[in-house]
Amino acid sequence: MTFASTQVYAPTPSIPGELKVIQDATCTFCGCVCDDIELTVKDNHIIEAKRACVLGKAWFLNHSIEDRPSCMVDGKPATLDQGYDRAAQILTDGKYPIIYGLSDSPCEAQRVAVSIADWIKGTIDTTTSVCHGPSGMAFQGVGEVTCSLGEVANRGDLIMFWGSNPAESHPRHFTKYSLMPKGMFLPNGRKDRTCVLVDVRKTKSAKAADIFIQIKPKRDFEALWTLRALAKGLDLDPELVQRETGVEFAVWTDLMDRMKACKFGVIFFGMGLTMTRGKHANSEAILALTRDMNEHTRFVAKPNRGHGNVTGADNVVSWRTGYPFGVNHSRGYPRFNPGEYTTSDTLANREADCGMTIACDPMANFSQPAREHLASIPFIALDTKETPTTRVAAVAFTVATYGINTGGTVYRMDDVPIPLRPAFPSPHPSDYDVLTAIEERVKKILGVTHR
Amino acid sequence: MTSSDTIKISQGIVYDPLHGVDGQVRDIWILEGRIVDPPTDPTVRPSRTIDASGLVVMPGGIDMHCHIAGPKVNVARKMRPEEKRRGEQMPRTNITHSGTMGSVPSTFATGYKYAAMGYTTAFDAAVPPLGARHAHEEFEDTPCIDKGFYVLMGNNHYVMQSLMKNEPQKLKAFIAWLLTSTKGFAPKLVNPGGVEVWKSKQAGNVSGLDTLVDHFQVTPRQIIAGVARAANELALPHPVHIHCNNLGMPGNWETTLETMRALEGLRGHITHIQFHSYGGGAGDENTFNSKVIPLAEYVNANPNITIDVGQVLFGETTSMTGDGPLGYFLSKVYGGKWFSSDTEMESGCGITPIKYRNKSLVHSLQWAIGLEWYLLVKDPWRVVMSTDHPNGGSFLAYPQIIRFLMDRTYRRDILKTCPLEILQRSSLWDIDREYTLSEIAIITRAGPAKILGLKNKGHLGVGADADITIYTPHENKQIMFEMPRVVIKSGRIIVEQGEIRETLIGKTLHVQPSYDLEVESDIQEWFEKYYSIRWRNYPVDLSYLHESCVIPTRLSEFPQ
Repeated sequence: MTFASTQVYAPTPSIPGELKVIQDATCTFCGCVCDDIELTVKDNHIIEAKRACVLGKAWFLNHSIEDRPSCMVDGKPATLDQGYDRAAQILTDGKYPIIYGLSDSPCEAQRVAVSIADWIKGTIDTTTSVCHGPSGMAFQGVGEVTCSLGEVANRGDLIMFWGSNPAESHPRHFTKYSLMPKGMFLPNGRKDRTCVLVDVRKTKSAKAADIFIQIKPKRDFEALWTLRALAKGLDLDPELVQRETGVEFAVWTDLMDRMKACKFGVIFFGMGLTMTRGKHANSEAILALTRDMNEHTRFVAKPNRGHGNVTGADNVVSWRTGYPFGVNHSRGYPRFNPGEYTTSDTLANREADCGMTIACDPMANFSQPAREHLASIPFIALDTKETPTTRVAAVAFTVATYGINTGGTVYRMDDVPIPLRPAFPSPHPSDYDVLTAIEERVKKILGVTHR
Repeated sequence: MTSSDTIKISQGIVYDPLHGVDGQVRDIWILEGRIVDPPTDPTVRPSRTIDASGLVVMPGGIDMHCHIAGPKVNVARKMRPEEKRRGEQMPRTNITHSGTMGSVPSTFATGYKYAAMGYTTAFDAAVPPLGARHAHEEFEDTPCIDKGFYVLMGNNHYVMQSLMKNEPQKLKAFIAWLLTSTKGFAPKLVNPGGVEVWKSKQAGNVSGLDTLVDHFQVTPRQIIAGVARAANELALPHPVHIHCNNLGMPGNWETTLETMRALEGLRGHITHIQFHSYGGGAGDENTFNSKVIPLAEYVNANPNITIDVGQVLFGETTSMTGDGPLGYFLSKVYGGKWFSSDTEMESGCGITPIKYRNKSLVHSLQWAIGLEWYLLVKDPWRVVMSTDHPNGGSFLAYPQIIRFLMDRTYRRDILKTCPLEILQRSSLWDIDREYTLSEIAIITRAGPAKILGLKNKGHLGVGADADITIYTPHENKQIMFEMPRVVIKSGRIIVEQGEIRETLIGKTLHVQPSYDLEVESDIQEWFEKYYSIRWRNYPVDLSYLHESCVIPTRLSEFPQ
């Protein structure tokens, strides 16, 4: 089948020398997914990206079409058809195929990737497993009290960031959603809000905060449970609290007073929380604290997601399999077990015997054993540029960049789906095109007749 | 001579209540997805004949109130891994995708399971407009059935603002604009006003129809009456679908009665009314009892009102609702994990796991109250089968509910397993009524089609969509309805003996009422002030709909 929405807003080629302006384009660099960018395009090059932040500007302005073949097989240029054939062969020959990545692809392509995993009885996993996977697991334990980003803008009068540094990772977070906006119930914008930053080091975001609390490294869990205890009105030993968290007890009681007194509190948390000692226990603590605070006032929490469409990946994998990431189909139906079916594990445990990576670079950031194993098995890599991963792939596809060259849908970090308005076409196929072609061949090999 | 692509269902025992066909033996001819007249030339043979002699033939089932797609359904899937491994496994086949079950099945599993049960159309009951695009994406992955959704607007700021300023023309245009922008089907009110109060203060909610909503200075009564009036003036096929205030609270039956009165004679649908029919002191579970008799009397006397039941079944499930404060309340009652999400300008959401136990007086009363509703509404055209899937239980429980309705011995046997005190608090034991097959056909297909304004569904007349289910009669009606012999969707045989034979994606049913375009600039001004996404990126365009099917307004009925 063809997903209709990939056809939406197909980019038109620019006329040589003429300027083309794209209004309300969407930046997919980070989880903020700002959809108010005005792009000026000349000769298939973006020359201006109004309203984009420093990261967004780099994303748009540095974009150029890669001058390399759309397909390489065993390191040599090949036709797309040769690549598709070989890819389908690799994925159907293996006993333990894995598909990984997805967080920088539109939902339409993600859906095809999940289909392929289903047909080949493979394992599908997204970069969530190495960023907010612990938050996903914590969510399954305690739930989550949250809201869309517009609610933060309109109501949030106490804004906390925990283990998150939006000044550098999500530069428009403050101005667009969390601190500066003049919201419906906060007519004076920043003046009506208090901002608290909790981190193990003084990051660039500290400048934006009214209160900066520097906790001992790896003591997020203790700090959060201190707050939980204070929320419940339990007696604590001030010295013990200071020793465990590295912060004076009075700072915590003052913070709790503010948390109870605010009208609508918000905690944004980042990988400084989820990827440090405690991992999902930390996320669970922050989600439970947020829940506890609703006994006193309104309070919500939200992970500051990184990649442009990692939230879409969570959604697509969930609606199709019932689980958010780390999903294994070897028995023909989906099973979920983070730590077993997550890619860093299937590789480091030397279980996977073939695979496909989509819009990710595990050869650059996985553990040594995982990298060694990946380099030793046949796999397919889809990326917009050459990376350490594409270099060792048996089949490497150079694909068009989503949001700049191709359309589709992405989900902002608060699960709001937003359409893409690409600027100009690419000579390379989209990841949707490549995956669809591979899926067709895989189905043929396996005798799948699903339409 | 053989006519290509023609199917003939031969000599079935047909139940088509809209045309007064009640178990008569008939032939049905199908061509190009629709029911057609038999060929005038007797030598014309169909390309395929289904011998239905001795089998029961009905239109495909229609679920007019379930939660199957969109943001909150997907959150519930993510949140409940624990029930999937012990649930039924759905491996992929060469023609179907794999899936997971539990109380919130994955998209493919949802489509296959509805179809395998003989249901060919379903409506998701609560989609926040900002999540409409998501719901449509899931619909494209929910095969075998036609789908649509209701759009949450009972706590929408523009709606409340128009009422506060007494601008009914703007309200009317806004409703039409919102339905068009989301490609939605009907306006949905969920705890009107109450969700907005929940967003603004701890444990916030409204207590009744005349509580003022902070900031907007409107009451739930004004929201209900105002939206009902505007939607009826727009002549929407299904004007307004109402989840009343105070869901689940002892004594809430008066709120429900007041809500029906607030409609002032206009068409309106009260949904999962079982959850809104409780007597007893405020918040006091010890005095909890059924108030179906007085409420059903009101429904019986007021033909503008239709209802669906929201039947509770014993077992474990997931409660999911656009009623944020209700989610908070339930999470405190059950103490399990809790999800809540507030959507800017529009709505809220609450999710928590729950388990209905037949040893609990409250739960067994809820079960009995649901059955009382089916049995005490006299006109089957105005009561519709639902479990409010997955809130009261799974849609897969419909065959069991049919057995409860057609077999009083069976329902009394179950009643005997419940606490004895239930007999003083509900009238179920004393009700002798048993449904006929024709009445079942009404409350599961003909009735919902009529209530939804779907002229091509719920019947087997010429021109109707060829969505047809063929059952093997059985004394045990649960067995009969669990596994249809054949299911035909849009003229294609998709299920035989409960197994998927072929899949299709299905149509998306939505409305496109005309409205005063001049109001759009006012909406845009408001939108750009407070929303976190751009005006142009908000509407869902047709490309998201695999197959669009616009259901005309009721105005178009008159010229014909």
